[in-house]
Amino acid sequence: MSLVSIKTAAPTGPKYWRSLDELAKTPQFREFVEQEFPAHADEMLEGNSRRTVLKLMAASFGLAGLAACRRPVEHIYPTAKGWDNYVPGEKLTYATAVSLAGQVTGLLVETHDGRPTKIEGNPDHPFSQGAATALVQASLLNLYDPDRSKSVLEAGKETSWSAFEATVKSLSLGDGSGLRFLSETVASPSLFALRADVLKKFPKAKWVEYEAFQRNAGRAGAMIAFNEAVSPQTDFSKAKVIVALDSDFLGQDWQTPLPTKQFSSRRHMDSEEDFDKINRLYSVESQFSITGANADHRLRLRGSEIKQFAADLAAALGALPGLNVLNNGTDRRSKFLAAIVKDLKAAGKDSLVITSPRQPAIVHALAFLINQSLGSTAMEFAKSGTQERVEAGVDALKALVGEMNAGQVSTLVMLGGNPVYTAPADLAFASALAKVAASLHLGPDEDETAASAKWHVPEAHYLESWGDAVTSTGVATIQQPMIDPIFGGRTAAEILALVSGSPTTKAHDIVKNYWMSTFPGSHPGETKSVASGKDAVKEITANPAEQAWRKSVHDGIVSGTKPQETAKVTADAKRIAAAWATEPKAAEGGIEVAFVPSASVFDGRFANNGWMQEAPDPINKVVWGNAALISPATAKAKNLSDGDVVTLTRGGLKMEVSVLTQPGQADNAITIALGYGRERCGRAGKDVGFNANLLRSSDAFWYAPNVEIATTGKTYTHVTTQERGLADGMNNRPLYREVDIAEYKKNPKAIEEQSEVPPLHSIYTELNYDKGYQWGMAIDLGSCTGCNACVVACVAENNTPVVGKDQVARGREMHWIRMDRYYVGSEDEPRAVEQPLPCMQCENAPCENVCPVAATTHTPEGLNDMVYNRCVGTRYCANNCPFKVRHFNFLNFHKGDSDILSMVHNPDVTVRMRGVMEKCTYCVQRIQETRIAAKADGRREIKDGEIKTACQQTCPADAIVFGNINDPQSKVSKLKKQERNYAMLAELDIRPRTTYLARLRNPNPELEA
Amino acid sequence: MAAIFPKSSDLIMKVAGALIGLGAVAAISAYAYYSYPAQIDVGYQPVQPVAYSHKLHAGDLGLDCYYCHSTVYKAAFAAVPSTNTCMNCHTKVKTDSPRLEVVRESARTGQAIPWVHIHRLPDYVYFNHEAHLNAGVSCVSCHGRIDQMVEVEQAKPLNMAFCLDCHRDPAPNLRPTEQVTKLAWVPDRDPRAIGEEIIAQKHINPPVNCSGCHR
Amino acid sequence: MSVAVPQDPQLLEVNPPLVPGHPDYHDVTEQISTIVEGDVRTTPMKYWITLACTSSIVVLLGGMLTYLALTGIGVWGNNRPVGWAWDITNFVFWIGIGHAGTLISAILFLFRQKWRTSINRSAEAMTLFAVMCAAIFPVFHTGRPWRAYWLFPVPNTDLGMWQNFRSPLIWDVFAVNTYLTVSILFWFTGLVPDLATLRDRAVGKVRQYIFAALSMGWRGSARHWRHYEAAYLILAGISTPLVLSVHSVVSFDFATSVIPGWHTTIFPPYFVAGAIFSGFACVMTLLLIARWTLNLQDLITMKHLENMNKIILATGTIVGYAYAMEFFIAWYSGNMYERFTFWNRAFGPYWWAAWSMYTCNVFIPQLYWFKKLRTNLWVMFIISITTNIGMWFERFVIIATSLTRDFLPTSWGYFHPTYVDICTFIGTVGLFLTLFLLFARFLPMIAISEVKGVVAVEKGSFPKERQEVH
Repeated sequence: MSLVSIKTAAPTGPKYWRSLDELAKTPQFREFVEQEFPAHADEMLEGNSRRTVLKLMAASFGLAGLAACRRPVEHIYPTAKGWDNYVPGEKLTYATAVSLAGQVTGLLVETHDGRPTKIEGNPDHPFSQGAATALVQASLLNLYDPDRSKSVLEAGKETSWSAFEATVKSLSLGDGSGLRFLSETVASPSLFALRADVLKKFPKAKWVEYEAFQRNAGRAGAMIAFNEAVSPQTDFSKAKVIVALDSDFLGQDWQTPLPTKQFSSRRHMDSEEDFDKINRLYSVESQFSITGANADHRLRLRGSEIKQFAADLAAALGALPGLNVLNNGTDRRSKFLAAIVKDLKAAGKDSLVITSPRQPAIVHALAFLINQSLGSTAMEFAKSGTQERVEAGVDALKALVGEMNAGQVSTLVMLGGNPVYTAPADLAFASALAKVAASLHLGPDEDETAASAKWHVPEAHYLESWGDAVTSTGVATIQQPMIDPIFGGRTAAEILALVSGSPTTKAHDIVKNYWMSTFPGSHPGETKSVASGKDAVKEITANPAEQAWRKSVHDGIVSGTKPQETAKVTADAKRIAAAWATEPKAAEGGIEVAFVPSASVFDGRFANNGWMQEAPDPINKVVWGNAALISPATAKAKNLSDGDVVTLTRGGLKMEVSVLTQPGQADNAITIALGYGRERCGRAGKDVGFNANLLRSSDAFWYAPNVEIATTGKTYTHVTTQERGLADGMNNRPLYREVDIAEYKKNPKAIEEQSEVPPLHSIYTELNYDKGYQWGMAIDLGSCTGCNACVVACVAENNTPVVGKDQVARGREMHWIRMDRYYVGSEDEPRAVEQPLPCMQCENAPCENVCPVAATTHTPEGLNDMVYNRCVGTRYCANNCPFKVRHFNFLNFHKGDSDILSMVHNPDVTVRMRGVMEKCTYCVQRIQETRIAAKADGRREIKDGEIKTACQQTCPADAIVFGNINDPQSKVSKLKKQERNYAMLAELDIRPRTTYLARLRNPNPELEA
Repeated sequence: MAAIFPKSSDLIMKVAGALIGLGAVAAISAYAYYSYPAQIDVGYQPVQPVAYSHKLHAGDLGLDCYYCHSTVYKAAFAAVPSTNTCMNCHTKVKTDSPRLEVVRESARTGQAIPWVHIHRLPDYVYFNHEAHLNAGVSCVSCHGRIDQMVEVEQAKPLNMAFCLDCHRDPAPNLRPTEQVTKLAWVPDRDPRAIGEEIIAQKHINPPVNCSGCHR
Repeated sequence: MSVAVPQDPQLLEVNPPLVPGHPDYHDVTEQISTIVEGDVRTTPMKYWITLACTSSIVVLLGGMLTYLALTGIGVWGNNRPVGWAWDITNFVFWIGIGHAGTLISAILFLFRQKWRTSINRSAEAMTLFAVMCAAIFPVFHTGRPWRAYWLFPVPNTDLGMWQNFRSPLIWDVFAVNTYLTVSILFWFTGLVPDLATLRDRAVGKVRQYIFAALSMGWRGSARHWRHYEAAYLILAGISTPLVLSVHSVVSFDFATSVIPGWHTTIFPPYFVAGAIFSGFACVMTLLLIARWTLNLQDLITMKHLENMNKIILATGTIVGYAYAMEFFIAWYSGNMYERFTFWNRAFGPYWWAAWSMYTCNVFIPQLYWFKKLRTNLWVMFIISITTNIGMWFERFVIIATSLTRDFLPTSWGYFHPTYVDICTFIGTVGLFLTLFLLFARFLPMIAISEVKGVVAVEKGSFPKERQEVH
């Protein structure tokens, strides 16, 4: 009854009291009493014993005729002052940018009453173009992570910022000979500047950038190829034939949506003309990446053998003189090589050979060489500035650790990152760190490094702090905060300013001063920020730099910054040949272990992020953990089966990990995702999966050869969202449909013919949906890469709960849009296809018929509504759903949400309680919002593309199109007119509103045999 | 053998049966009646932190609702005014009235005034003032004659049936937009006729499907 | 027709008397009433021990349901895709059991099958108790049981909306409740004359008052009998279609869906046959126990048992035919999903469930072709048990395994019951037994008046026209 559930003012749902006694102590109770019986308030609260109070209470209920327990007392707290363009309950959107491992994506962030609630890509930003990756989408949850670092720690004990500042000031840094900085990849212009100053101030100081997923091999390759510091700039949209040498450019190699955007632009087939622009992708890789899944042809090679393949390719193309192709036989590799060579030659300037940051520099050099020899326009090079005494990469870290062990480092400032966890095991970073007199760590979590450093200070999330970020092409964005630091964190720039003793220590001033100085008409050295209101207007008009600043902050692009010029460089074949000669050959035989960044937790920084932990791996569908992926053949040979825990040993390094067979994995090669097995982490990520860094060493950073494998007899359960075995394939069902483009050109009916749909009639009177808006969706399987961005975007938009490993194991995950994966072909050489599956919004919905309480019904606009508050939870609808896209709240999954965590909820969507069914709604809240806006604005028509569903908006491949199918001009109805458009299970007469555009493959006829 | 019960017991049985039956019916009807929010919510009149009289301000002084609740035409939520709004006048009028201490306090400290929420819908109901007011639904339709209330109380049940009645037949509750906040407005002719005209002119077609209000 | 007058030797061969030993009316009354009238202290200890066990299981049931209601369906093994598992399986299982009662009472009554007289009372009681157990599940399988009353078309002035009358679940609500009501009336009407008998024999005021109230002033006058016969006949007439309707409606839950393995037109007759099959098996189990413990050999004769076994054989064969037909249609339809479902049913991960069902329901009952076996008490006892196991598996196989693997392989799953699933089911069994034990002890298990009727006929001491009316 309401007495024990008085609502508090916080927007975080009701609080419950364990007992009336406890309740009677609370202020709410006091208010309640005062309001309900002003007359007796005093005696009730002061005078009598609580028992009397409760007696009075009970009496008053009777008298007041339920008036008292009618409902919880809820308050409205209006602002005392009120501020510009804030309307309570209405969303505001701000431009900002996120930098993930040095990769920058421009963002538009939606906030409700001062809480960031949704992240979208910034359409004006060149690296985003309106899209965002799964990880970027999920970075929102990190902001509200209740396990985030909350306080300054000295030797693990809580202390204050002032104490920390005092210590920093007391450091005697002198010329900086004992001063070292360790950071993640820096992509912030203002931080660059600040860093330059600091290194000038301390002429002997050094700065090391280290990432578990370092991207500096490309630059090293450029040094070999061109002997100057240039960085490649790739444009996949310019290439018709792409050869990916171990490159996962559609997956984790880039942390921006850009490559997918560019690649898929040649996979959209809107009309006959587009058939010619379709690209062909060859993938040569060890593990099954989504790039491999999207390839028209895929060759399984161990990671270390790929450099040989690159060399052979270069040789076969005649780009590398004095080298002849090895084992020019008739095996698959040779056939593959021959076909590629032919295809590349034919494609000429429309070709692209791309490799991965995980490959050694020489492979990059060879790739550059090949591209240049082919005259490829898809890869160009731009000068990249270098900074004195700043080194990046694992070798730099190794050197640093050497210095630390040698006691040459007195002060180590770690700005972000978690080196104790991410550093290769052979460096024993933790023990080296212990030798450093003063070690300061700035980080978002109280992680492994925070535990071993002398000082730990909380780092501010990018959504709660000022900063800036520049893309690898030189487009800068101001990163503006939307909320005050929840746990009082600070930014790297602020700490650096503190260490260098610079006068400006506020992030806002650091950033603003930097940019103001670059704008025309600036007043150098200005620090004061501008007041708001009338004087602001004056000041802005008076000061063009201030105008530029405000515009930059508003637009999400710093006015004046544009992609930098590309430089004309020519690769030197001789240097490369020489380098190749010295390159050690791949180890024959043995088991090779490859390390890859996890698609879910990246390098571990997302380990405590429930959204990502529960986002299934795109290929093997594992959630809440990683595995030693091994090919079925090798598993048989070693007589291992799924779940067996094995010890992997190499030199002094060893780790325990559980194996999982992965069709399409290279033989004698194991792949383990990084970022798991965190020991010091929040509740979600602690001890989830296996820590691959234990086996990683600086000499074998990505591929560890000759690893001994020994069984332990222990077993472990991998939780996947799809049944394995028989369910891995489609069982000859026409669910995911694809056809070779050549055949499609000949016979456009090829897709339709894959299933037979007899004439069907419903026994109920058929509604006709020919008036007004009729919402529908088309999903283009041809361009969808299966990257999971839509899955996470949906979770963020629709308050979908995280249920945890155990519940997923019971088959109770709640994702409204599912990424279905099927293997096609043999177990050793399969292809994988990905099919996003939201609610199909059937016109003759089987679920609606069977609901006894009419909790799911159809709207005149063809939406299949789900009404949580009417649902009694018979689950009949879910049983009768042919797609099984309805999700039941088996338990109260939101119960555990702390107040902080609940702040991430989208207020436009009901948070569901236990016992009710839920499912994709086509983001009905967005439809209604737009409809009301259109009405208010002269009752105009809703324009095509004005409403975007969350999955559609974030899709980097633009594979999802939503709109009014009743309007022949809308994009969606045009797509649905295509011959390759098909409705899944149409033979059930369910008339799905969501239909699929069959995938058009572009295989090389020579390799098809 | 002798009958254990007298003959009359037949009658007693019958009567008893009848009573039980009636009792059941009565119970169900009672439930149906009291579960109706009209019985539960209407008349909710909590004591507000400030003894603000809508009768005085909106009624006698004739302030337009829109002066304080300034977001109603452009937002879902009818904002309760910030303290500044009160102080616009009360820096000049009744500057030292003890009843306004809370307001002045708030203006000084910047602490919000904890108004008590009266017209509250469940969290799963998404009502939008913007849509309704621009369509020509008056405040009166859902809030009653606020301008006559010294202390505001809930006048209408605001339950689903209440909403549906109007969504199924909006005509009687529509009026020219400029009259929306004129609570005392009396139509000069048949209100339904006026409503019909507005419906025709604005193509008003209120949703009666679930997602119209539940999301 | 009337039973042969016992003098005729040939007829005695084919048609032994239903009540051997030619007891007179008094013997019958004595034999049955004494069970009820026996002093509580004289009731054998083993009865109380059994009752204690079963009622403690009822406590367990209560605990489990409370836990479920407080925590959520998640305490069961149900998942996606298996939205319904043991919950609805148990529901259909119990409803099925409930069928024999009405069948024996009503249909056999209308067909003048006099051998029903000594078993119909307990069969009806069993029906009631089974339906009560069944009724638990539709309520508690909902995610929000406190809202389950929304399934009833109660006046809902708040929402201004009604139920979805297209939903088979709503049909269920009506079907089951009608069935329960009619069964209670039918059972009680039959009881009235016997309650009167007990009243008249009752010693002690309390007993007298109770039975007097229950027997509603029955005096056994010709007028009473006339009304009684008429009422009983009418109720029999009403309940007969119910025997067919209830389980047909229950089968619509599945038949009207789109899921391969559910979407089957053969379901209504197939479910009814299955229900009668399991119902008779359950009656058999209970009667055999009663027969042994209460020495009712004279009233529950081999002829009764054999007749029931014949029906079990018949219905079992019908069920077997239905199974075969499902497979045939799946193959004949050429529908890949149907084909896979039935292949998967027999050879998929749930092969063990399917095959235990085929064995128990189809193969084992075929033993009843041999008179030796169908008249052997032990054989029939064991078979009655296996039949019920088999029929539970039938429901599980249809409901759960069809759901585990339907159209999209990506949504396939598997169902693991939790201890709550198991305890809940055991709990309902406990409830059923407890109710039955109480009934057996405190109400006449066998229709005294009807048995007397049969005795009368067999003695030939009734005028022909009276014989007609039973």
